[in-house]
Amino acid sequence: FPGLADVSISQDIPVEGEITVPVGSQSPDEDYSTLDEPVKDTIMRDLKAVGKKFVHVMYPRKSSALLRDWDLWGPLVLCVSLALMLQGGSADSKDDGGPQFAEVFVIIWFGAVVITLNSKLLGGTISFFQSLCVLGYCVMPLTVAMLVCRLVLLAGAGTVSFIIRLIVVGAMFGWSTLASTAFLADSQPPNRKALVVYPIFLFYFVISWMILTFTPQ
Amino acid sequence: MATADDLKFQEFDDAANLLAANPDATTISIDEPVEIPKNQHSRLQEPGREEDDELLGTDDSDKTELLAGQKKSAPFWTFEYYQTFFDVDTYQVLDRIKGSVFPVPGKNFVRLYIRSNPDLYGPFWICATLVFTIAVSGNLSNFFIHLGKPTYHYVPEFRKVSIAATTIYAYAWLVPLALWGFLMWRNSKVMNIVSYSFLEIVCVYGYSLFVYIPTAILWIIPQQVVRWVLMVFSLCLSGSVLVMTFWPAVRDDNRRIAVATVAAILLLHALLAVGCLAYFFDAPELDIPPPVIPAHNGTTVITKSH
Repeated sequence: FPGLADVSISQDIPVEGEITVPVGSQSPDEDYSTLDEPVKDTIMRDLKAVGKKFVHVMYPRKSSALLRDWDLWGPLVLCVSLALMLQGGSADSKDDGGPQFAEVFVIIWFGAVVITLNSKLLGGTISFFQSLCVLGYCVMPLTVAMLVCRLVLLAGAGTVSFIIRLIVVGAMFGWSTLASTAFLADSQPPNRKALVVYPIFLFYFVISWMILTFTPQ
Repeated sequence: MATADDLKFQEFDDAANLLAANPDATTISIDEPVEIPKNQHSRLQEPGREEDDELLGTDDSDKTELLAGQKKSAPFWTFEYYQTFFDVDTYQVLDRIKGSVFPVPGKNFVRLYIRSNPDLYGPFWICATLVFTIAVSGNLSNFFIHLGKPTYHYVPEFRKVSIAATTIYAYAWLVPLALWGFLMWRNSKVMNIVSYSFLEIVCVYGYSLFVYIPTAILWIIPQQVVRWVLMVFSLCLSGSVLVMTFWPAVRDDNRRIAVATVAAILLLHALLAVGCLAYFFDAPELDIPPPVIPAHNGTTVITKSH
């Protein structure tokens, strides 16, 4: 290409033009700006997200909705309702009795944090809050079990009611463990899955024990 | 043979002569567990030192020093530093648990299983499981013992969980700290003492507590004799793991101090077991104070309800 050998810009050609990048139209900004919407829309959007996650826990499938858009509203609501329902136990003596409200709270949140740290230290790829979100939402079957137990205890506190409660709590414990394992197991290294699943099993076992041993006044 | 000798790592103890004499001995590659050369060395050395090296692992301790130096290089404020303490697979944890429940006489738990890869997973979760097992078993056993009595009202006794947690975690972390400090101090005075790192001691203590988990479950059986037999049995198992780990480390010290150290280790271990049995599990034949019935002629008759 001999003709290109001597291409050069001569000094007297003015170099000018526009170098501004055309900014996109304002309408996509308006879609993402939620400052002007009615408060009802904001609340309903979050409520729908929380409700969708509850449905995902009830029918655990391998979906990433629980993981991608994590939120901690659901775990908070579940934890508070579980802790409230565990009150009113045999609290006549100061020493023995069921767990206090703060104890249930601490066990659930501290336990979830410890399990998340454990899975991250073992080399898991899930993020901290995603794991907290999954573990918190999977407490839902046990909250339902607590509700059923309180209703059964209204009817009576004999052996039959104990057997019913045992079966219900056992089934919900299995459901919680399987649901959280289904969501969390994929993000673990393959030869350490059992090391990650065992603390989750222990966590839900302790919560199930608290539910099963609840005795009203 | 001379060139093979030049290429091999020259050790400066008895095994060096043997390696020179036997260049076909298995050599060590960095990423393999150092089991084979240990067996070679122990077979070829004089019988007097065989037990020592198997127990202390001094033949491969310098190699494992190299490996240890390569591993934990991240600064302590990064997350990767703590990840090096959880660098275990499922089968490794299961192996270590098996080694603590079935102690092989003459084999050092630290050298055989830990191998300069101490993990914090085992100690932490074994302690957590033990805490909840003791609390749940104690509660269940008290429930069964007092089941038929009319004045008994079941309580979950949730306070005992926090007490159990404090006790067991304090034992599993403070006693190794004290022991590690003591060994360091003796190491500065007596040259021959092998000192373990703090994490290795925590590891040994943590895994040695595993045998108490099935023991606590079996303590639900409301027979005092059965409980004491179980306790002695589990004390022997976990105590032997501790003794076989620490006896070679203090053996070269002043005889009285060595015996006192091992005795203190065993005593604290026994104290933990006895304390847990006494506090969390009510005695099976505990009766309600028998009712005092005043008889007609003024003397009181005490009926023993059994």
